[in-house]
Amino acid sequence: MKPVLVLMVCLAACAAGATAQTQPPSGESILKKIDENQASGNRITVYEMTIHGRRGSRTMKAKAWVQGVDRAFTEYLEPPREAGTKMLKLRDQLWTYSPSTDRTIQIAGHMLRQSVMGSDMSYEDLMEDPKLQNLYVATTTGEESVSGRSCWVLELKARPGVDPSYHSRKLWVDKDRFLPLKEERYATSGKLLKTTDIKSVRQIQHRWVAERAVFRDALKNDGGTEFVVTDVEFDAKIPDHVFSQASLRK
Amino acid sequence: MIRFLITGLVRDRARSLFPAVTVIAGVMLTVFLQTYLKGINSNVSDAAAAFSTGHVKVTSRAAAREGDQPSNELALSGIGPLIGQLRHQFPDLIWTPRIRFAGLLDIPDDKGQTRAQAPIFGFGVNLVAADSPDRQIMHLERALVRGRLPAGRGEILVSDELATHLGVGPGGTATLISSTMFGSMATSNFIIAGTVNFGVRAMDRGAMIADIADIQMALDMADAAGEILGLFRDSVYHRDTAESVANAFNGRSAKIGDEFSPTMMTMHGQPGVTELIDYIEIVSSAAIAIFTIIMSIVLWNAGLIGGLRRYGEIGLRLAFGEDKGRLYRAMLVESLAIGLFGSILGTVLALIPAYWMQVKGLDMGYLFANSSLMVNSVIRTQITPATFFVGFVPGVLATVTGAAIAGVGIYKRQTATLMKELEA
Repeated sequence: MKPVLVLMVCLAACAAGATAQTQPPSGESILKKIDENQASGNRITVYEMTIHGRRGSRTMKAKAWVQGVDRAFTEYLEPPREAGTKMLKLRDQLWTYSPSTDRTIQIAGHMLRQSVMGSDMSYEDLMEDPKLQNLYVATTTGEESVSGRSCWVLELKARPGVDPSYHSRKLWVDKDRFLPLKEERYATSGKLLKTTDIKSVRQIQHRWVAERAVFRDALKNDGGTEFVVTDVEFDAKIPDHVFSQASLRK
Repeated sequence: MIRFLITGLVRDRARSLFPAVTVIAGVMLTVFLQTYLKGINSNVSDAAAAFSTGHVKVTSRAAAREGDQPSNELALSGIGPLIGQLRHQFPDLIWTPRIRFAGLLDIPDDKGQTRAQAPIFGFGVNLVAADSPDRQIMHLERALVRGRLPAGRGEILVSDELATHLGVGPGGTATLISSTMFGSMATSNFIIAGTVNFGVRAMDRGAMIADIADIQMALDMADAAGEILGLFRDSVYHRDTAESVANAFNGRSAKIGDEFSPTMMTMHGQPGVTELIDYIEIVSSAAIAIFTIIMSIVLWNAGLIGGLRRYGEIGLRLAFGEDKGRLYRAMLVESLAIGLFGSILGTVLALIPAYWMQVKGLDMGYLFANSSLMVNSVIRTQITPATFFVGFVPGVLATVTGAAIAGVGIYKRQTATLMKELEA
C-alpha cells in the first residue's frame, strides 16, 4: 500500500503545482506593475504626432515636460502654424496659449471633449490620471497573443465613487514587460469609443516604453493618430517655473 | 337700370346693410388669413434661404451626405475658380460663399485672462466688400442694434443678446476659439463692430458674423468654404429653375469617387427643408382653401336668406305684373353689387392690418425660445397678387350664387296664387 500512497501524494502535489502555475495573476497586481512601469517622477518627451484625416495626413512635433501625475507642460514645435502653441496642466486645470492671439485660455467644461490639435485624442484624455489603479478595478479574464507577444487580457471597470472619462477598458498586457500592447475604451453604454495599438516598444532606463502607437477615435471615420516617441528622458531635472502660467507666454 | 337698383340698395338699408356687413366681414377674414399664412410660409423659406440653404447650395459630396451641419473638414476647396464658373454658367443667381462654424467667444479682462465666455454659432460671409450680397441677403442693416457694420478686416458682428450676456459692446475685443478645417484648435482675435438682432431665435441666442476672409485665415481654410449659396435675384424660390440649374451643374461637375468634388442641391433637396417647406405649403394652402369654402357657404347662405327675406316683396312685385326674368336679373345685379362692394371694402379693410403686420411684424419670440429652427420669430404677413382676388371668391361668387338659388323660387310661384299668399 505504501508505494501506491506515495504515488497518489506525488500526483496530487503535481496537480496542485500545475494548477498554481496556470492560475493567472490578479488584475490588481498586473495593474500595479503597469503603473510602476509607466509612472515616473519627472520625464521629458519629444514626440511626433501624425494625424490621418479624411483630407490627408499632417505631422506635428511637440516636447512635453511631465512632473508626477499632476503637472505637465507641452510646447508644439512644428509645423509653423502650430509652433509656439503651449499647453499647461496643473492638477485638474488646463490652459492653452496661442502665440497668434497672445491669449491664455482655460480649457474647461465641454471643451475638454474637443480634439487635441485635430488628433483622435481629447483634452479629457490628457487630463486623466495616468495611474490606472486610482481609477479602475481590474479583472484578469484570459490570455491572448498580440503581435507575437503573450498577453494577459484585463477588464477594467470604474472604481465605485470614481468617474473616469471611460467607464470601462479592455487591456492586452505583455506578460513579461507589463506594457499594454492593445487597448479598447468603452462608454457606460458599452459603446466602443477609443482604441490604441502599440506598434513598437523600446526599453529606456529599465522601463518599457511604447515607441510607436496608433490611437483611434472609434466614432471618427479616419485613419487614426500615430504617436512616435523620438526621445524620452526619465527622472529629468525640470525647474518648477516651467509649470506656471507665466511660462506659457515666454 | 343698374344705377336705379344701386340707388334702391343705398336708400333701403334693410335690403343692403346686413348682406353687405356679412360680406365685408367674411372677405376681411379670408384676405387677412391668406396674407398671414403666406407670411408664415415665406418666413420659413426666406430665413432658411438667407442663413442656411440658399435657393440652391453647392457643397462637397461628403458634406452633402453628412446632413445639415457637416464638419468643415468636408469643406469645398478651390472655391475661387468654382465661384467664377458658377457666376459665368448661371448668371441669374447670386453666388456667395459661406463658412459655418461653432466655437466659443472668449472676452478677455485687462490682463488678457478670460473674463467671460459663451458658445457661439458663427457665419463667415462676404461682409466687408462694398458689393457684398450678404449684407442684403441677411438684412444686416435692418438687423443692426448697436454700433455699425464691419468696415474692415478683423471686425465682427455678434448677436445683441450674446453681447449683453458677455458684458461687451461695440469696440470690445473678443477671441474666437474654434477648430480648423483639420481639427486643430483655432484662436483668433476680433473687434466687435456692432450687435445685431435678426428676429431668428436660433441666431439671436448666440450668433457671430465675420468676414469670410478672416474666418478662412482663422480656421486654416485658404480658398475653401463650407458651402456656396445661390439665390435668385428676385428673392423668390423658383423650384423648377432651381432643379434645372442643379441638374446642369451636377451633370458637368461631379467626379465619381471623389468625395470632395462639388455637388449642388436645391432648397427642396436639402435634408429637413423639403419636409418642412412642403408641409407648411400644403397646410397653408389647405387652410386657405378650407376657410374660403367655409366663408363661401356662409355668404351663400346669407345670399339665400337675403332672397327669402324678400319673399313678400317679390310676391307683390310679381302681382303687380313685373316680369319674372327681369325680377330675377334685378336680384342677381343687386347681389352682385353687394358682393362687389363688400369684397372691395372687405379687401381694403383687411389690407390695412395685413400691411401693418407685413411692415412691423408681430414678435412671437416666446414661442421659439429654445428653437434651433431657422425661423424668424417675428411673424409677418405677406401681401401677394392673390391677396387682391382671394376675397372675391366668397364675396361675389358665393353671394351671387346664393341669390341665384334663392331666386329660382320666383319662377316656381304662380301668379294666380299670389294674391292668396299676400292675403295670408
